[in-house]
Amino acid sequence: MKGELASDTRQPRMKPYDLVREALLALGVVAVVVVVLATVFSSPDEPPLTIRAYATSSPLSFLQTALGDLDGSGTIAAYGPPYNNGSGSVQSLGPISPQQWAGVRVPVNTATDFVLQPLGVVAQVEPAVATALAQFEHAAPAQQAAWEAAYGKALDTAAKAGLEAPTPPASAGPVGLLLPALLHVAQVGGLDGLLLASHHFYVTDYTHPLLFISGDALGTQAQRLHLLGTQWGMMNETGNYPGAVWLWLYTFWYQIPPFSTSANGDLLIMTVMGILTAAFVLTPWIPGVNRLPRVLRVYRLIWRDWYRR
Amino acid sequence: MVSAEDLLPEELPEYTRSYVYLFGALTLGSFVCLVASGLTLALFGPGWWHVSAVGHFVNSIHFWSVQCLFFFMVLHLWAQFSMAAWRGGRGPTWVVGALLFVSSIIAAFTGYLSQLNLDSQWIAVQGKDAINAVGIGAFFNLLNFGQMYSIHIAVMPLVIGGLISVHVILVRRRGLVPPLADDIAPGGDGREG
Repeated sequence: MKGELASDTRQPRMKPYDLVREALLALGVVAVVVVVLATVFSSPDEPPLTIRAYATSSPLSFLQTALGDLDGSGTIAAYGPPYNNGSGSVQSLGPISPQQWAGVRVPVNTATDFVLQPLGVVAQVEPAVATALAQFEHAAPAQQAAWEAAYGKALDTAAKAGLEAPTPPASAGPVGLLLPALLHVAQVGGLDGLLLASHHFYVTDYTHPLLFISGDALGTQAQRLHLLGTQWGMMNETGNYPGAVWLWLYTFWYQIPPFSTSANGDLLIMTVMGILTAAFVLTPWIPGVNRLPRVLRVYRLIWRDWYRR
Repeated sequence: MVSAEDLLPEELPEYTRSYVYLFGALTLGSFVCLVASGLTLALFGPGWWHVSAVGHFVNSIHFWSVQCLFFFMVLHLWAQFSMAAWRGGRGPTWVVGALLFVSSIIAAFTGYLSQLNLDSQWIAVQGKDAINAVGIGAFFNLLNFGQMYSIHIAVMPLVIGGLISVHVILVRRRGLVPPLADDIAPGGDGREG
C-alpha cells in the first residue's frame, strides 16, 4: 500500500544474522539473571494458616465462625452458587447472572460439612458429645435456632468483655457443649484432618478447609501482610518481594467506585476486563487505537538509525 | 508453510539493529528457564521445595523466571505496539502474542494457587468471588489444589508452548515489520500491506 512502509521507497540494507546464536545468548543472559536473583533474594514462602493455629490464637473468632456455619448466617452458608442455593454472594447485572446459570456444582452445606459431620466423628469417642449431637439433630428447627441464638448472645457478651470464650448459658442447650467441643478438636489439630478426610483417603481438594477459614481467619493474616483487596492485594506478595504486577489493571478497579462499593463489583470488573482484553487482542483492527503508535512516535526512537539516514 | 530458510534466516534488514528486537528472545529465554525449573519442581513433587534447601532454590529460580518473563514480555509488547507491528498483514501475529500474554497470566495465577502456602490460601479464597461471579468457578474451582496444579503444570505449558510455536512461525513467515513512513499517515489496520 502506497506510503505505508518506508521500505516502499527505500530498500533496507541487510546485515548478517544468526537466530540460534541470538536465542542462546538471550537464554544465557536470563539464566544468569535468575540464578543471581534467586541466590541473593531467594523467594517468599509464608507457611499456610492451619485451623489449629486459628482456633488456638483466636478461639472466640473460631466459635463465631462455627456458629455462623451452623445457623446458616455465615458468609459461605448463605453464599449461593457454586456452593449452595443461598443468595448472599450472588452477583448479577440486571437479568444477567452467569453465577446462577452455572448452578451448584461444588456443593457445600456448612452446618453438615463443617460442624455436624466432624462432631459426629468426635461423638464416636466422646459420649457427652454423642448425647448433645443426638439432642440437637432430633430437635425441631425452631428449637435449634433458639439454642443457636442463645449461644450467639453469649459470644457477643464475651467479645464485649474481651474474653477468649463464653461461658455457655443453659438456654444454649446442646450447642453450648457442641461448639466448645469443636473448638477443642480444632485446637489439637483434629479439624484440619476432619474437614479434609470427609470424602476420600487421598485428598487433593481443599475446598472445605479453605472455605472454613476464608473469613476472619485468613482475612486477619492477609491484612497483616497487606494482601487485602482494598490494599491492592492481588498484586502484592508476602514479604518484600515483587508480586503479580501484571494484574495491576484488574486490581485497580477494586480501588475506585462504583466497583469498590457495588455488591456486584466482581462481575462488573470481570466484564470490564473481558471487554478490555478483547480490545487488546483486536488492537490492529480498532480505529484510533491502531493509529496511536503514529501519535506517540516512539518508533522514531526504535528506528532512529534508519530515520537518520 | 515456512521454509527452513525463513525459520533460520542468515540476514535481516539493518533497521532491526536495536536492543528492542531482543525483548522477544529474552521472553523466550525466560520461558525456557521457567520450564526447566518447573519440570524440576514437578519431578520432586509440590511439597518438595518447602522442606528442601535445594528445592527452595529451584523454586526461587522459578519465581524470578516468572518476573523476568512478564518484564520482558511487557517490554516486547510495548515495543511491538510502538512499531505498529501488525502492519502488512501481521495482525494474526499480534493476536497470538496477545493470547500468549493472557495465557501467561492464567498460568501464573494457577502457579500462585499451587504454592501450598499462605499466599496460595489467600489468593484462592480472594479470587474465588470473581471467578464464581462469572460462572467459571463452578467448573474451575480455585480451592481444588489438584485441579489448579494439573492446569498449571500440564495444560498451561502446552497451551503456551503451542502459542509460542505459532507466534514464532508467523513472525518468520511474515518477516519483521519495516519502519513507518512518518511523514504520511496511512491507515493502520492489520489488513494492510
